Amino acid sequence: MAELIELVWILTKIGAILGPLILSVAYLTYAERKIIGWIQNRNGPNRVGPMGLLQPFADVFKLMFKEVVLPSNANRFLFLVAPLLSLMPALAAWAVIPFGAGLVLTDINAGLLYVLAMTSLGVYGVILAGWAANSKYSMLGAMRSAAQIVSYEIAMGFALVGVLMAAGTMNMSGIVQSQAGPIWNWFWLPLLPLFVVYWISGVAETNRAPFDVAEGESEIVAGFHVEYSGVAFAVFFLAEYANMILISGLAVILFMGGWYSPFHGLPVLGPVFDLVPDLVWFVIKVAGFLYLYLWFRATFPRYRYDQIMRLGWKVLIPVTVVWLVVLALMILAGFGPWFD
Amino acid sequence: MLEAYLPILLFIIVGLGMGVVLITVGFVLGPHRPNDEKLSPYECGFEAFEDSRMKFDVRYYLVAILFIIFDLEIAFLFPWAIVLDEIGLFGFGAMAVFLGILLIGFLYEWKKGALEWE
Repeated sequence: MAELIELVWILTKIGAILGPLILSVAYLTYAERKIIGWIQNRNGPNRVGPMGLLQPFADVFKLMFKEVVLPSNANRFLFLVAPLLSLMPALAAWAVIPFGAGLVLTDINAGLLYVLAMTSLGVYGVILAGWAANSKYSMLGAMRSAAQIVSYEIAMGFALVGVLMAAGTMNMSGIVQSQAGPIWNWFWLPLLPLFVVYWISGVAETNRAPFDVAEGESEIVAGFHVEYSGVAFAVFFLAEYANMILISGLAVILFMGGWYSPFHGLPVLGPVFDLVPDLVWFVIKVAGFLYLYLWFRATFPRYRYDQIMRLGWKVLIPVTVVWLVVLALMILAGFGPWFD
Repeated sequence: MLEAYLPILLFIIVGLGMGVVLITVGFVLGPHRPNDEKLSPYECGFEAFEDSRMKFDVRYYLVAILFIIFDLEIAFLFPWAIVLDEIGLFGFGAMAVFLGILLIGFLYEWKKGALEWE
């Protein structure tokens, strides 16, 4: 009986994470169209509901009532498993994300490793979807996408090693707590090169502009999910946007002081701004990073594939390796105020 | 300790379940009017030219191999990074030797042109 209550309680908490997450995904698509619209001096969606606020729901219901096409050459089982494989890690990674002090589903010790494992799993969904559809475009898109994700994962992994060195723990809450203090105490400052590398690889990992050759709507039309329609497509879409939010959330936790206010620990401002709940700070910061995603998409032209690979292997990886050595020396020397 | 992972297992199951439910809903609510043209692979309106399970560029394979090597390197760096404070200069030196050897390998790949995509 006690176990059953425990189980229900955990499921309730999972629901409390997933519900807002799905809602955020819905409104992220709305925000994307709205903000890019404003950047291009036009209005985004503004017909469905007040200010177009019901647009995401209209989109979801439209997709639900569309036919799910199973291409004749496709490997049917794998074709349907692929979207699940890309959705599952995008959602499950949220199990260890702390939204505030103690506000986390499960506080495991190897939190960061778990998140890295989950983001790596996403590539299976991509490659399987591209292969199972048995279409040339999706195959090409999957290859490009997988090679790109895998390449930038190295740079991202190195950047995370820097965070671990600075924090001395893999526990997500522990990483945030080791940044306690005002904004210049957060890891973005001592790890600035790693922070930049992390963010660029995060954008590339999610296949977002300017690194969206895998999608390449002007040549291979949407890449690995070209043969997907209706809800099966919506699942990929959901996974992509959930991943964007996840990468932004990680950027906040690892480099931007998680749930702390920018004035935490200062004499007068500190206590005043600490009155704002942890969760609010976390959400504000994540929203800031999500805005960057949209801003990049509206601003930069798409990279060429060889440029993407060169940036990943020949620029980002050397930069991180050099900074890891510098960082190790700073830590061994007790370079204050971060590492004393 | 291990019970901390139970919520993760549940989360994975819920995540998979959500996908299954969504796709099932799509099959139930959506129409089913398949025909040969609709089910054929999309190639911008043309008939598909040849089999899509075609030969592919060896560079994808190279990238995959390099990824495995470097991912392993990261796996070695993780525990080192966490205890760097305790192992001090000796630990730093040991890892410098390890990184140095891998760096030689990386330079070799670079010079050989394994990282070129033109």
